[in-house]
Amino acid sequence: MSYVVINKEACIGCEACIPTCPQAALYMKDGKAEVNEKCNLCGACISVCPVNALSIPREIKDASALADYKGVWVLVEHDGKKPVTVTYELIGEARKLADKRNTYVGAVLLGNNVEAMADDLGSYGADKVYLCQAPVLEHYRTEPYGDVIVELVKKYKPEIVLSGATTQGRDLAGFVATILETGLTADCTGLDIDEASGNLLQTRPAFGGNIMATILCPNTRPQMSTVRPKVFPVPEKTDKKPEIINFEFDFSKINIRTEVLEYLPFEEKISLADAEIIVSGGRGLGKPENFEIIKEFADTIGAAVGASRAAVDAGWISYEHQVGQTGKTVRPKIYIACGISGSVQHLAGMKHSDIIIAINKDPEAPIFKVASYGIVGDVMTIIPLMTKELKKRLNA
Amino acid sequence: MRVVVCVKQVPDTTEVKINPETNTLMREGVQSIVNPFDEFAIEEGIRIKEKFGGETIVITMGPPQAEEVLKTALAMGCDKAYLVSDRAFAGSDTLATAYTLASAIKKIEEKDGPVDVVICGKQAIDGDTGQVGPGIAVRLNIPPLTYVSKIREIDPEKKTIVVERLMERGKEVVKSSLPVLITVVKDINSPRYPSLFEIKKAAKKPMSKLGLSDLGICETKTGLKGSPTWVEKVFSPELKSVNGEIFQGEPEECAAKLVDRIINLGKGVKI
Repeated sequence: MSYVVINKEACIGCEACIPTCPQAALYMKDGKAEVNEKCNLCGACISVCPVNALSIPREIKDASALADYKGVWVLVEHDGKKPVTVTYELIGEARKLADKRNTYVGAVLLGNNVEAMADDLGSYGADKVYLCQAPVLEHYRTEPYGDVIVELVKKYKPEIVLSGATTQGRDLAGFVATILETGLTADCTGLDIDEASGNLLQTRPAFGGNIMATILCPNTRPQMSTVRPKVFPVPEKTDKKPEIINFEFDFSKINIRTEVLEYLPFEEKISLADAEIIVSGGRGLGKPENFEIIKEFADTIGAAVGASRAAVDAGWISYEHQVGQTGKTVRPKIYIACGISGSVQHLAGMKHSDIIIAINKDPEAPIFKVASYGIVGDVMTIIPLMTKELKKRLNA
Repeated sequence: MRVVVCVKQVPDTTEVKINPETNTLMREGVQSIVNPFDEFAIEEGIRIKEKFGGETIVITMGPPQAEEVLKTALAMGCDKAYLVSDRAFAGSDTLATAYTLASAIKKIEEKDGPVDVVICGKQAIDGDTGQVGPGIAVRLNIPPLTYVSKIREIDPEKKTIVVERLMERGKEVVKSSLPVLITVVKDINSPRYPSLFEIKKAAKKPMSKLGLSDLGICETKTGLKGSPTWVEKVFSPELKSVNGEIFQGEPEECAAKLVDRIINLGKGVKI
């Protein structure tokens, strides 16, 4: 059984690693770090060591078996008519990775009567579109979609497979990676590639957004990631046409155990995911009724309503409004945070917004650090004044 | 109905602080809690038993001290608990964790009988991956239904379940055969607080440990060896200060100035 390996020669006894261990497995002995049996190899201590004396005992397998894998794939998510925005964002990112590796970008398009989307995917940067069409693929379901993708991967051997970190993308990637017994990194916000080895450097927030971690998958292919929407820009459109590869799948050999009975779209006027302006309320509102003030302000300015985790946990507004690490990631043109202090967990979901505006009574609140404009004051006073002023100006 | 709820012990990430001098995570003194999303899973598991009869079993994979979360689940109303714990499991990523937990559920089926529903929280707040649930489903060869916000009906005779799934722009109503694995979001219920009496009663409920040899699984598929992904490095997120224009003073004046800026910004946006 293994524990974190401590190179006693290198250890300078600085104790920096000791408090980082969640299991309290590290301690000092004779001026050097020592580990006990509580170590669960989580790796939290590794990066802290100033002299790289700590390591996890890992095996790098023979890489020659991985050389057959080529190409960067994107799993296309769509509504039956057109791809959702994150698909374009991923094709743009896949293009960059593929160029560094001197390989191609593949888009995997599954559905019923969806071939019209193929050219569109090419125009955003896909060299090849793998197309599988069948009536059973009309609505997304984990099993038939996942089974088709597993077979595609086995046949064409891509080195990287990306999908959006959406409800569908996470569901699908988790299923596919388990069958392929390969690595999957969730919710990435940064991707890069080691050009020589082809190892994907997958960076993602963890511990509620408190830390960033870079994850590798060196021994298996494909390397799979789900990527958070709204983190990467949509690439420029060109008039490039993709090569289309029609893929036939024998659905009689799989047992599909689920059925989509109906879809109930939200009645929201504007969805958080698509909004150009978002007005969010937090703990500073004090009570649930005060969300009405946020809603009125949002209506005036044509914005969607968001909320911090604190407001959702308090039961003031439903979960689908939550912005942050465990809620939605948004990237509107304008994000207006009202009575939100700006915890790392909230910032993780909105810091890529073009312009952030903050209204908070605490001038030291972290939200002001990322705000282009702001007011130090009580939201309950300021917001009604702004609504009134906006109505006056917009009607003028 | 036999339900298995999978839970995880996590550090309370809302309490985690960054040491400003070393820019590292300070984990000392941070409380270990039941992953908040798993509380909804436990509650839903207990409700199924209360409605249809049968038993609700809670399992967790982790170090010996993870039995604390099992005690909480037993106090809430689960009937028995299994701690899946072994040195060999240390360092498991989501693939290895799903394999190990699925192997434990197979072992539980041998001991206690067939399982109809496996329930997980939608993700754990320390890793935030949401990958273990679907992974367990694949290993058990049962359909995964993720992000469930409501169980509409379960038909124990016909062995079917109908759920609502919370998606980005709406809800999807899906029917599946049993057995099934569901992952739940926090809209699904309000978890109960156990009374002192129930906490005392829970101490008498059965809790067993399952190690590597109990599961009879291959050592190369769990722990570090069974984990294709590894953490290369960790660092603090950088927060670029934008030095924005922050107004203070008379509320009316501030509001007017800010509205002015918004209208200017809004020229490229539909207001």
